[in-house]
Amino acid sequence: MLAKRIIPCLDVKGGRVVKGVNFVGLRDAGDPVESAERYSDGGADEITFLDITASHEERRTLFELVDRAASTIAVPLTVGGGVRERRDVKELLHAGADKVSINSAAVANPSFVGEMAEAYGSQAIVVAIDAKRAPGAPDKWTVYTHGGRRDTGLDAIAWAKQVADLGAGEILLTSMDRDGTRDGYDLVLTRAVVDAVPIPVVASGGVGTLQHVHEGLAFAGADAALAASIFHDGHYTVAEVKRYLLDQGVCVRPPEAD
Amino acid sequence: MTTGRVAIVDLGLGNLHSVAKAFERAGAKPVLSADPDVLLRADRLVMPGQGAFRECSHALAGEVGEAVRAWIDSGRPYLGICLGMQALFESSEEAPGEPGLGIFPGSVRRFSVDLRDEGGMRLKVPHIGWNQIASKHPVFEDGAWYYFVHSYYCVPEDEALVVATTDYGGRFCSAIARDNVLACQFHPEKSQHAGVRVIGHFLGDVSWS
Repeated sequence: MLAKRIIPCLDVKGGRVVKGVNFVGLRDAGDPVESAERYSDGGADEITFLDITASHEERRTLFELVDRAASTIAVPLTVGGGVRERRDVKELLHAGADKVSINSAAVANPSFVGEMAEAYGSQAIVVAIDAKRAPGAPDKWTVYTHGGRRDTGLDAIAWAKQVADLGAGEILLTSMDRDGTRDGYDLVLTRAVVDAVPIPVVASGGVGTLQHVHEGLAFAGADAALAASIFHDGHYTVAEVKRYLLDQGVCVRPPEAD
Repeated sequence: MTTGRVAIVDLGLGNLHSVAKAFERAGAKPVLSADPDVLLRADRLVMPGQGAFRECSHALAGEVGEAVRAWIDSGRPYLGICLGMQALFESSEEAPGEPGLGIFPGSVRRFSVDLRDEGGMRLKVPHIGWNQIASKHPVFEDGAWYYFVHSYYCVPEDEALVVATTDYGGRFCSAIARDNVLACQFHPEKSQHAGVRVIGHFLGDVSWS
């Protein structure tokens, strides 16, 4: 049976972790590769780097970082943030990313998703959707781009279906309402997207407790749970999350002893 | 452990970085190449999963494909990963009309669009993530978790080729072995410690062929 995945996400800028990782004995809390290695050794099923670098010059450091990470960690690596054109996708995959996550560029030009899936395979193309509840309309969410600053007016569920039809291999769904709140995933949104698309959905935004991870996977039906601060702050280890989920009867890959 | 020279077939269709690194972690010094002379001089040959079946078929239509065939005939150890497993068969539903290497009779099929688990829940395709195998083969670990990412799976005509199966809406063939040929649908290079152990076993710390 396919296991639900636990994915720590590291925000990086200029090749460094933006919010430091609070691990005991870390040589360099700002090095994304060292943190990624710790997480994968601790049982993370995948690692995501989200690059929030602005300038083109800093972009080079991302490629170097991905190259170094791919040489070090032996679990899949997803990289997103600032992916605008074919060259970005190509360079990230060549640097060693297994999947590239596309957000604003997909909204600006939906055919870009199909072209990239055709060129590199659906399994390598993730579409990231930042969704926010529309005011006064229950169970309706619209898609935001540019780091959550721009409301596109697109219906999030319809957009999810469209990118799946275009050839995306996975959806990384972030609730803008919940991101950073520690109130838990937006379960209604997540469930709606999971039910709408035939491809895996990664839930993101809002995790503060072990129960939240469980709800996202078991009740909302997400295929994977992405979280950042609960891991970086040292609140929980990946192994603790997995042991909890196993106790709740959720199928996850047990943390290895060695 | 004496690993000898390990060559990784580079069809130019994808990034082989992580495969090469995984072999380095297991103690080998692999070379990436599409040069038949380089490939045929090695002691062990690895063909990783790369791109789509059509492109793979085209890339194997020439001298590289001949080198792989000659290699397998020579009796030296071969490890196919993902598409490097699928390419050993005659054809794939992914690219009708495009030939595989045809080392073994059989074909490659797509997971059903209406795949369901035991509880009736619809399963997603591609099959992406960590899943377990059932196997009695010395290279693999029964019950271990490995990383999969694929929409197609091998259906050998000779069921005796199958040395591991995995459940995804029913059991499918997740590894094959015969004589010097070993191949798996999952990615040892992405499967953390369990994957490194598969590579170590292939490199000779267990007897398997």
